[in-house]
Amino acid sequence: MKILATYNIKGGVGKTSTAVNIGHLAARDGLRVLLWDLDPQGAASFLLRVRPRVKGGGKALIKGRRELDAAIKGTDFDRLDLLPADFTYRNLDLILDSTKKPTERLDRLLRPLADEYDLIVLDCPPSISLLSESVLHAADILLVPLIPTTLSVRTLDQLSDFIAGFDGHKPQVLAFCSMIDRRKRLHREIAGQLPEERPDVARTVIPALSLIERMSVERAPVTAFAPRSAAARQYAALWAEVAERGL
Amino acid sequence: MVESFPHDFVLASEGRPPADVVRAALPPRFTAAPDGRPRTLRLTWLDTFDWRLHQAGLTLQHSAGSRVSDYALTSADGQQVTAPARGIRWPALAGALPPGPLRARLQPVTAIRALMPIARATATVRQMRVLNADDKTVAWLTVTGMSLAGRDGSGLASRLSVTAVRGYQVQADRIARNLSAAGGVAPAVASPLDDVLAAAGRHPGDYSSKIDVKLTAEMPARCALEEVLLRLLDTLEANVPGTIREIDTEFLHDLRVAVRRTRSAIKLCGDVLPAGVPEAFSGEFKWLGDVTTPIRDLDVYLLGYGEMAAGLLAATPAELEPFHRYLARHRETEQRELVRALRSRRFLDLVKAWRKELAAPAPRRGITAAALAADRIGRAHRKVLKRGAVITPDSPPESLHDLRKRCKELRYLLEFFASLHDPAIHQQAVRDLKGLQDCLGEYQDCQVQQHEIRMFAAQMMTQRDVPATALLAMGELASKIARRERRARREFADRFADFAAAASQRRFRALTPGAGR
Repeated sequence: MKILATYNIKGGVGKTSTAVNIGHLAARDGLRVLLWDLDPQGAASFLLRVRPRVKGGGKALIKGRRELDAAIKGTDFDRLDLLPADFTYRNLDLILDSTKKPTERLDRLLRPLADEYDLIVLDCPPSISLLSESVLHAADILLVPLIPTTLSVRTLDQLSDFIAGFDGHKPQVLAFCSMIDRRKRLHREIAGQLPEERPDVARTVIPALSLIERMSVERAPVTAFAPRSAAARQYAALWAEVAERGL
Repeated sequence: MVESFPHDFVLASEGRPPADVVRAALPPRFTAAPDGRPRTLRLTWLDTFDWRLHQAGLTLQHSAGSRVSDYALTSADGQQVTAPARGIRWPALAGALPPGPLRARLQPVTAIRALMPIARATATVRQMRVLNADDKTVAWLTVTGMSLAGRDGSGLASRLSVTAVRGYQVQADRIARNLSAAGGVAPAVASPLDDVLAAAGRHPGDYSSKIDVKLTAEMPARCALEEVLLRLLDTLEANVPGTIREIDTEFLHDLRVAVRRTRSAIKLCGDVLPAGVPEAFSGEFKWLGDVTTPIRDLDVYLLGYGEMAAGLLAATPAELEPFHRYLARHRETEQRELVRALRSRRFLDLVKAWRKELAAPAPRRGITAAALAADRIGRAHRKVLKRGAVITPDSPPESLHDLRKRCKELRYLLEFFASLHDPAIHQQAVRDLKGLQDCLGEYQDCQVQQHEIRMFAAQMMTQRDVPATALLAMGELASKIARRERRARREFADRFADFAAAASQRRFRALTPGAGR
């Protein structure tokens, strides 16, 4: 079982769209996938038509496997299950802080699911917190959507430096240019250069397409409701790059 | 793996259309939407010849249609493991499946028995999604019309099943509850497989190598013996096709056991059969036993080969490989001989004449089944006690081999007449004997195997290109077997003492009332 997390300190960069589409593509390829919507806003849960509610809230989930099992919901797609969001996740930092070794807690919670799932996708809330640190420690690969700006690249460097300081297990970082606006020269330039210059940036870019925004209307992955669209093709290419890196 | 909890119903043949039944059963704010067009599937159920999956509460179904081909293994509690089906020609061992949860679940259950098709049907499947207010699928409704492959659908009722999407069990239960109360459907009592088997005139578990005859104490001994022998003949014949097709090694094993039991029954109880019958058939059954021996010996090696090779210390498994090739080649030759024998006029005449003989009306006089059982079990028991008691650490191997045969005869007699005995005492008596049999069996198997390894080595030497390393590895194998043999020989005294203990003797006395002491 591998754990993939979509992560960025900033919000609105395409984390949830990526998590949902990558999860759907992996399941379509035959992997048994669990997507955990860790964001209290519950966007991934909304997109998959699951109510963002967990019995006992985040506190119950962090306690153990049984609670985790009971909260999992099947989606409308074969092999893709969802652990829904809950508004209490806004306090996950505090809940984690009350456990022993909080940064290892998520990993310890997820590893026993290995007999049931081949891939766990964590859709993280935009923050840098104890929760995100716990995610970084659990993940095998971090998929980081970047809006192509100089500041975003600087943030990616900060993230890489932070991970480099971990003892033992370190996740592989794979950033990709997200929400590219072809009309903007800076977007085009950075999206062209970055993959050339940095091995931790994927060749695939995800453009800002209205079809991706339409996911919230269709309440389904774009790879499901428009599988032949340019958006779906880009996500498929991104998934192929992720798979190339050992997933 | 998907958690599922199917609720199965049978649709009344003259009732309302399934869609109407479903609509009436949906809770408020829920809707049902057809999912795709009806599909035609070829369904094949797989199990081992001796129904190991059925006994473990498992059902393995292969569904093949124009765009799907997959396996679904369902356990009694509704848990399901699924896997895509790719190019396996059944019968085959579960090991032929690609690695994954399905294979991992099946292998410990089926072990050395092959999975084979046990029933086939054609199904027309219509699926509906049950959607909640968010248009989220919470359950699947499946309407399945089935007909036996190659026949029309009469006799098989359409089924409606409710399957919860994980996490929506409450909603699915509610739909199932509403359906139960609705007209036009009735809870399904039997599984689809049971329905198909029943329509084909079969039932699950219709083969067992056990002698499951129901004898009565007062029935004439000859009738009782003939019932046992007929059951053994059924087992023997049931295993012939699988032995010829080499489906798995247990067909030959069960066939051989049926032959051995038949020979023992004729030898030990043949005097209650008409005069001349034991003499006319015992030689023929000996022939049949003999033609099956060489290949079974090779099967024993080949089945245990992996473990033997893995247990080598000085030699490597690769060095033993020429021995494996030799065994496999040798087996092919022996299999051809066996197939020839099982297709021969001699064999066909034997089973035909034997069935005719056993079906002949028997006079209803003479001693009773209970008297025969008590007398023969008593005699066999005394023989084992007497011959075992004189064995010392210096006794020759032949004395242990002889005792092993006597033990086997006693065991068979216990099995023939099991239905006449108190099950608890019978089981304990068998356990008492089994301890001794296991020890004697290990001792003789080790002796035979050492002898055979020498013989195989000599034969291999006459062929070209046998590396010295292979012979050395075989030598190591022989020395390991010799150590096991010595251990079994040392254990014999304790095992025999257990068998001859007062408690065990009391049990045998209870099984043999009135037998001479």
